[in-house]
Amino acid sequence: MDELTQGMPLVVFLIIGTIAVASSILVVAMRNPVHSALFLLLTFLCVAVLFVIREAEFVAAVQVLVYAGGIMVLFLFVVMLINVRHLPEERVMSRFWKGGFAVGLGIFILFAALVRPGVYHDPNPNTKELRTVRTYRMRNVRQADGTVIRKRVARPRVVGNSEAVGMMLYRDYLVPFEVISLFLLVAMIGAIIIGKRELSADEEETTPAFILERTETEREVKESFSA
Amino acid sequence: MTWSDTVFLLPEIILTLGASALLFVPLIGERGAGRSAKWWTLVILGITAASVIVSSNAVVGMTQTATFAAMFALDSFAIFFKLLFLFAIAMVVLMSEDFLRESRYSPWEYYSLLAFALCGMMFMVSGVHLISIYVGLELMSLSSYILAGYYKNEQKSTEAAMKYFILGAVSSAILLYGISLIYGVCGSLNLADIDRAMSTMITNDALMVGIMLLGAGLCFKIAAVPFHVWTPDVYEGAPTPITAFLSTASKAAAFSIFARIFYSGLHHFQLDWSSVLATVSALSMIVGNLAAITQNNLKRMLAYSSIAHAGYALLGIISLNAMGIRGVLLYTLVYVLANLGIWAVILMLRRHEYAGEQVDDFDGLYRRAPFWAFAMVVFLLSLGGIPPTAGFIGKYFLFAAAVQSGFGWLAIIAVLMSAVSMFYYLRIVVAMYLKEGAAAEVSASGSLRFVAAVCLAATLFLGVLPRPLIDQVTYSSRRLLVRALQADGGR
Repeated sequence: MDELTQGMPLVVFLIIGTIAVASSILVVAMRNPVHSALFLLLTFLCVAVLFVIREAEFVAAVQVLVYAGGIMVLFLFVVMLINVRHLPEERVMSRFWKGGFAVGLGIFILFAALVRPGVYHDPNPNTKELRTVRTYRMRNVRQADGTVIRKRVARPRVVGNSEAVGMMLYRDYLVPFEVISLFLLVAMIGAIIIGKRELSADEEETTPAFILERTETEREVKESFSA
Repeated sequence: MTWSDTVFLLPEIILTLGASALLFVPLIGERGAGRSAKWWTLVILGITAASVIVSSNAVVGMTQTATFAAMFALDSFAIFFKLLFLFAIAMVVLMSEDFLRESRYSPWEYYSLLAFALCGMMFMVSGVHLISIYVGLELMSLSSYILAGYYKNEQKSTEAAMKYFILGAVSSAILLYGISLIYGVCGSLNLADIDRAMSTMITNDALMVGIMLLGAGLCFKIAAVPFHVWTPDVYEGAPTPITAFLSTASKAAAFSIFARIFYSGLHHFQLDWSSVLATVSALSMIVGNLAAITQNNLKRMLAYSSIAHAGYALLGIISLNAMGIRGVLLYTLVYVLANLGIWAVILMLRRHEYAGEQVDDFDGLYRRAPFWAFAMVVFLLSLGGIPPTAGFIGKYFLFAAAVQSGFGWLAIIAVLMSAVSMFYYLRIVVAMYLKEGAAAEVSASGSLRFVAAVCLAATLFLGVLPRPLIDQVTYSSRRLLVRALQADGGR
């Protein structure tokens, strides 16, 4: 057992975890979208606390800044802009809620049963891993048979969490990171394509009369000038 | 990682720049209603193909093919599939011309999205780390969701895009959960490290659930039963050139990562996963072929047939031997060729948005366009696996692989189901040759003729003279096999 699952961190985890689960259920249960959005905000903040418990301060800060700060503001902005106060009074639960609940419970028990000591690769996670940067050097290394070869040697160095994440992201995970930027570009193109209004053939036939009149007038004016 | 490592990424870099350039060309004065978009795209694809060859020559003889912190590998397996994807996308670009002209949608974004999807495929087939495979897969999927909904004013197309998007997102979540469990157990996401960790491991249930979830997510992407429900609706609703893209390039990409992950990462537990995948494969062949018989809509029929073909290709992954991996590569290639040809002929028959896709539309095609009717027969025979065509070679390798590794019962199901599939393929042949049809003309544009002719020539050539292709495939699959066979004691 590592020290993070005992004592004070465990108590904090249980309290914050319960709040996170409860508020995420309330996100879908609320009828007022503004309330839903606020509970989502609470969920995000609780998750940030969970990251702090695992000593991942950088991810916690990003969680607060990006999710709680940026994304939630956009959500609230849109919700207030379209001015939906209450969802219509209809059934909240689907007809199949019993079946869905049973399946969900089954999957939960399955996954919970998997988490046992000894199953995971590293039962005592070394939290220093989150704050270690490896720099690589070419060094002359003496082999067992006496020959000397040049080889890359890793030299671990303990730094802050942000630096470790940064080195990881921009060096080890450089290729996936770049692909994700393409992914965001494609998402943006897609949003523009879906949002852009194309004139269909019958819409063009029903072009508003004042536009047609204006072009007509322009043409007459031009003709009178040329005459 | 050094500056010279970028030669590994050269094709992807060029393609990304090209795909972005396609978005800018209309802004700097192209006013020809996008008529030149096709040529721009084809030039970009051509340069990318050349750079694949250049960079593959640059890495020949290197002992280490993985680079960028062992995230990205340019091995012969990746090169084979990259060239296949480039070919398939180029054919789809040629097929899309008429659709774009009639439908009044902007061609630039369309071609750009196809190029980005291709970029995702190239990243995923080169990925030797589950994260880089995953992000490549997502880049491809996101582009496909948008393209499937490109007929914005058509309800069917929007519905297809919605279904595809939601089920695709769910399948990605399942895939990611599986990846996270595998990471938890093995301590790494690099396929070589996973392989090393698993070699000293006894079965444990977290790992098994992880592999099952990963497999389920991948089965969604290749549309194998029971994860196939989205396929007929999406194939039917999407614009026909996009259906051609989804059923060829996109599927080939999913097969390539399926093969890479299971051959070079997870092969130590073959005994555990092969029985489950064998069931999936058998169900796909049975359900796909039987459901295809009842369809009158050609797009739905081909969707079910593609489900059945996913089942055949799984044979090569389950058997985990030299025949099997060669079979997957060969079969993917011949399947892509035959399918591209079929979609090109279907597009020749289309008069407006959704026509040309009922089986009745093929009535009497022999009288209207005897050559294209003949081409269609060849493609259908190739899908059915009848000897003079390339399809036979692919099926031969897959079935032989299954028998070799003790899955004889699965090979018997596969042969029986191939016979069933001939029934609905021949239904189209009967409609073309024996029925009287309406005298609607066949509007075969130059590029459609070109696509169908290339696919026809390749299907016949590879069926008659398969030797060069088999040699190429043996070479390309060598590296993946090395690991799998070492563990097996060289079966």
